[in-house]
Amino acid sequence: MSLALSHFNAAVLFAVFASVVFGITQRNNARDQLRYGLYCFVMFVGGVFVAGWLMWFLRR
Amino acid sequence: MANTSVPKKPLADAKYAQPINAISIVAPAVGWLIPGAGHLIQKRWIRGLLLMASVVIMFVLGVLMDGRIYRPNGGDILDILGFIGDIGAGGLYIVSLARDLGQGAIAHATADYGTKYLIVAGLLNFISVADAYHIAVGKKP
Repeated sequence: MSLALSHFNAAVLFAVFASVVFGITQRNNARDQLRYGLYCFVMFVGGVFVAGWLMWFLRR
Repeated sequence: MANTSVPKKPLADAKYAQPINAISIVAPAVGWLIPGAGHLIQKRWIRGLLLMASVVIMFVLGVLMDGRIYRPNGGDILDILGFIGDIGAGGLYIVSLARDLGQGAIAHATADYGTKYLIVAGLLNFISVADAYHIAVGKKP
């Protein structure tokens, strides 16, 4: 069985799992963990969009 | 010259600090072998389950995407670093080697994502192992 995700789906899934681990391990209490996890997720996905638009402009 | 002694600042985590004990050795070892288990044996149930789910799902997705699993090697530096990343997944890595997974030829573009998923799953498990150790020695609540 072979799984072929799109680039975007793969990047978002990557962001979800990495953010969960970063949130839990880098902060001490539950509230801070949730906030930091969400922050990491937004940064990851935001980075995907920024890189995508940069590549779109470079291609033109 | 006068012997001036500078008063030491107390460590921020001093109120939690404990001497090294058996759990501080067992928790990281178990956490490496079974991702998240280092937290579970310290009764951090939710953290442990979330870490386990994240690392295991990421590793399994990497295998399903036909990602490459690096074997022990002494060749190219990137291959060595790939092996170091992969081995962080502990038991998952051992099982995948035993079942000869992740050795096929890459047939599509996203298979490279699979390779990265496998490496990052291992690296995230290294972070969770360090976290389990910090909980065990009392540096983290």
